[in-house]
Amino acid sequence: MRARELGIGVAIVVVFGLTTLNNHAFAQIASIQQLLSGAALIALLGVGETLVLVTNNVDLSVGSIVGLSAYIVGDLFKHNQGMPVVAGFIVAIVVGAVIGAINGLVTTVARVPSLVVTLAMLYIVRGLDGLLVNGTTIDPGSIPKAFTAVGYQTLFGIPWLAIIVAVVVAGAGYAMRSFRASRDLYAIGSNPDAAALAGIPAERRVFTAFLISGALAGLGGALFLALHAQIDVSGGTGYELTVIAACVVGGVAIFGGSGTVLGAALGAVLLNTINQALVASRVSSFWNEAIAGALLLTAIAFDRWLSLRVARSLQSAKGAHRAL
Amino acid sequence: MTTGHNDAAKGGRALWRGLVRWESALVIVLIGVMIFGSIQTPNFLNPTNFFYTGLNMGEVAIMALPLTLIIMTGEIDLSVASMLGLSGAVMGELFSNGWPIWLAIAAALVVGAIGGAINGVLVAKVGLPSIAVTIGTLTLYRGLALILLAPRTITGFPASLTQIGVVPIPGTEVAYSTAVFLALAVVTGIILHATPLGRGLVVIGLQPEAAKFAGIRVNRIKIWLYVVSGIVCAFAGILLTLKNASVSYDAGTGLELNVVALVLFGGVSIFGGRGTIVGVVLSVAILGTLQQALTQMNVQPEVQNIVSGGLLLISVVIPNSGEAIRRIRDRARRRV
Repeated sequence: MRARELGIGVAIVVVFGLTTLNNHAFAQIASIQQLLSGAALIALLGVGETLVLVTNNVDLSVGSIVGLSAYIVGDLFKHNQGMPVVAGFIVAIVVGAVIGAINGLVTTVARVPSLVVTLAMLYIVRGLDGLLVNGTTIDPGSIPKAFTAVGYQTLFGIPWLAIIVAVVVAGAGYAMRSFRASRDLYAIGSNPDAAALAGIPAERRVFTAFLISGALAGLGGALFLALHAQIDVSGGTGYELTVIAACVVGGVAIFGGSGTVLGAALGAVLLNTINQALVASRVSSFWNEAIAGALLLTAIAFDRWLSLRVARSLQSAKGAHRAL
Repeated sequence: MTTGHNDAAKGGRALWRGLVRWESALVIVLIGVMIFGSIQTPNFLNPTNFFYTGLNMGEVAIMALPLTLIIMTGEIDLSVASMLGLSGAVMGELFSNGWPIWLAIAAALVVGAIGGAINGVLVAKVGLPSIAVTIGTLTLYRGLALILLAPRTITGFPASLTQIGVVPIPGTEVAYSTAVFLALAVVTGIILHATPLGRGLVVIGLQPEAAKFAGIRVNRIKIWLYVVSGIVCAFAGILLTLKNASVSYDAGTGLELNVVALVLFGGVSIFGGRGTIVGVVLSVAILGTLQQALTQMNVQPEVQNIVSGGLLLISVVIPNSGEAIRRIRDRARRRV
């Protein structure tokens, strides 16, 4: 674990500890479970977003993908009573992967800035969602119990939602450290020219990053549906910026080249812990957003300070070497 | 060296050609949208529709102008809609505490200037990435509006001012916000295209290092751009408050991406250095007219998103498609 993740971990513990001192109920199992479930979805989206951000791209379409895949799965359950729960998850992932593939294709083949492509997809996907939803909602009655159980049941006291996301984070975290293809993502993001000279197939890698981000957002849609047990046209609206905020708090550089999925997931947990802590401390929940914003700015400034310090120490080391 | 020089010259010419083409394409699209609207609804091009289109687009369009200048320098401001919300909240809170309306409006503008200055200093002086900073202040400013106003909705603004949301400028069919937008567009256009400052913005966007060596005060210009953006967004917040004759903390939530889309559809490059105010004005006209046409056809707002998103996607893909096809063909040939 790098210093950065440790730092966020400490921050989570401190916020948690202080809140518990103030209100003992905060450390109750139910409260912790709620905290984990709440953070899980953003953490999951943060994993995909990290892959994309690391390559110096961005995916703004994740919120819309959550909404669309959640509705499609809900609608399928509504019209096919006997549909197996697993099929719901698969459909959700496929829906997300298709949109992610479109994002990746347009970005790499047409060489259009991903911010513009995924911003356009944010609108298009939300529009398709509106076309499908057409003013209706999916209510809890039409979703199988076994599916919504994923949203509220626990295993050894840990919510299934958190377990699923933890597995994804662990898998992606391992892959991002150890697989050659994922190390390529960092190379592409930190120095595209050098990456090209090193023979890295940048377009294919960036495409894969968008594909995975889309697929995870699709899975996020299924989890959203399981958690809320209902969905209308607004599901997932505005998630994109929250997810990017969690990544940035977690130390993922917005201009690519550095950051880990664990950091992004911890960033999501920290933001949600602060949210819940404010509620538990009976501070008006109106303070949530302002504190989250201030925290985000602090995290960015801290990262900058850290990188300047590292650069300076590297420089002085080089100077010392030359003097010898 | 010679190839580099040739490339630059070719790039320059292609750029110029691209610009001419993009704005003319937008004019054609605008005419197309007007024809489409006229076919769908009889008497579509009437003054009342023009008034309502202007009223609907007003705030977003106004915020797009300073954002254009910021994007020209290669930066971005995602806090615009939160700034709009915060200024409305400040104005509403002070007014409800008995401040005279004009003082409340002035205070909202000052808050806009301060908010913009915070963005500017963090981006230009501290050197933080603008996309991250302004996502931070997007959350922060909306949060401050929340603390200030939630869960109240402030009403009771003087009717002499709130009438801007109901009636056009006397003797015309022009909404007040349309007039403000057009006046600001002229000013922004002159600054961008006809002053040394405007040329400076283009250079900053194309070659930040070169701009610094050419003696352009890059940091100072960026800070001032953000301050201006803050003030203009605050002004848009005041207009929105008066138009609605009420304000709550969540006014304009999520509009930031609409504003960005408007600028990009106008042909402004997200990487900076390329774009025109004429393009942005045309973009406003097209999306406003289209929205009006679709609304009259009873198309729900979510579905209208498909059209806006599709246009945005097409607007960036088409200018790049020639090169992309050439690249794909080259690759296929190399494989054979």
